[in-house]
Amino acid sequence: MADKLTTVDEVVAELRDGMTVGIGGWGSRRKPMALVRAILRSDLRDLTVVSYGGPDVGLLCAAGKVRRVVYGFVSLDSIPLDPHFRAARQQGGPEVSEYDEGMVLTGLRAAAARLPFLPTRAGIGSDVMALNPQLRTVVSPYDDGEELVAMPALELDVALVHMNRADRRGNAQYLGPDPYFDDLMCAAARRSFVSCERVVPTEELLESGPVQSLLINRIHPTGVVETPRGAHFTSCAPDYGRDEAFQRRYAASAEDWDAFRAEFLDGDEQDYQAAVDAFHAKAAGV
Amino acid sequence: MDITRAEICTVACADTWRDAGEVLASPIGLIPGLGARLARLTTAPDLLLTDGEAVLLAEPTPLGAEADGTTEGWMPYRRVLDLVAGGQRRVMMGASQLDRYGNQNISRIGPWDRPKVQLIGVRGAPGNTVNHTTNYWVARHSKRIFVESVDLVSGVGHDRARRAGARFHDVRVVVTDLAVLDFTGPDGAMRLRSVHPGVAVEEVQERTGFPLVVDEVEQTRLPTEHELELIRDVLDPAKLRDQEVPA
Repeated sequence: MADKLTTVDEVVAELRDGMTVGIGGWGSRRKPMALVRAILRSDLRDLTVVSYGGPDVGLLCAAGKVRRVVYGFVSLDSIPLDPHFRAARQQGGPEVSEYDEGMVLTGLRAAAARLPFLPTRAGIGSDVMALNPQLRTVVSPYDDGEELVAMPALELDVALVHMNRADRRGNAQYLGPDPYFDDLMCAAARRSFVSCERVVPTEELLESGPVQSLLINRIHPTGVVETPRGAHFTSCAPDYGRDEAFQRRYAASAEDWDAFRAEFLDGDEQDYQAAVDAFHAKAAGV
Repeated sequence: MDITRAEICTVACADTWRDAGEVLASPIGLIPGLGARLARLTTAPDLLLTDGEAVLLAEPTPLGAEADGTTEGWMPYRRVLDLVAGGQRRVMMGASQLDRYGNQNISRIGPWDRPKVQLIGVRGAPGNTVNHTTNYWVARHSKRIFVESVDLVSGVGHDRARRAGARFHDVRVVVTDLAVLDFTGPDGAMRLRSVHPGVAVEEVQERTGFPLVVDEVEQTRLPTEHELELIRDVLDPAKLRDQEVPA
């Protein structure tokens, strides 16, 4: 049985310039932030990022890693807009494919099923069609003759997701209320990598949640990484909630990106976690 | 105690769910959130309400409170998107821009390739508006929001829905801090249905960037005693509603 345990930096070493990378989670929830931070440390560039966007998109834009973002929205949840994504867009880059949220789901389902497209009603009549001139419609061959959007498959080179638990084989578990779209991201990708809070023996997986919480099975992941607090500063229920104070610090870093980067992002993941602890200790007056 | 503008708005929002039946209510914003809860406790007992994330609650919780009531179901985002396609949902969205036919923009202001202001993106607006009943909430009625032409169509209006043959399109009502508007004018144009007590028809028109259809304008109804009790004592004792619509 394959042992897929690896490290964040080894995962990122598998990525190439220009790849299409799907990022799991939703907004500022259960994002594979340790993997995103490892991309920030790398020389990678010109990535196409497919995401229900949050600070993953913001950080990658701020660091100049992104050629195109494919998304339905980019939000920090408790803060409606990501300042880095916003600033990047208002300065004329990166390119974007902006879709309805449901269209992103439809595109992932098409890729997972190896279909060239799936029909959807979402997008009809809106400017999503004009925003994405490559989009085509398809007319129902049945009596209704309805015209629908032919949402193209969102094929991913790589999917990156963060889960609560996993075993070394790539069976992975979510313990919060929402799986988001992480299993679909993996199914839509040629290769996928799962980071998790804790790697546990297979026989211990059901100690934390029911069999239905085993969202991803080992068919898909090619690598498993243990990164405690690896979704920080997004939420990773029930292991931890969103770090709202740190998210506010991140949002303010649109004004002082270089200082933020030097304080939190220039070192490795251990340095980052230590800097976050120092940030909170200072705020608490310790 | 005098009835506040926020309370009038809350009841007007609640009325948009009155005939919704057994569907998921998705209110965006504070007053719509309060309105949906109020509807659930009064005129729309079959509505489904979430905790704001993936849990359906059997009873509405007070605004801003931790959701600790009985869970009656699971509604993760994927299921919400599937419900959109199935039509069993009624939303009240916000709008950065709205035109006379109900075309709505929440994506960006200015040129598409280099926007003056990048907003959140189209989110679920394209899918919502062609799949199920959609209403809007505008907390500050102004010409910046009610424009002749929106910069980007996120939510589909009546003129475009007609051209696209969107058979489930149903954009009905806009509730603002001044008035209730609908789309029963010629060709689905925006019509002034009612003004809130103390608001003049002229004021609404002056703060709207296009001519409204104005025929018989009513006064927006007042909350009943029972509704006031629910709003003040049960659903929003902290008066969070006043943050969105100041007294």
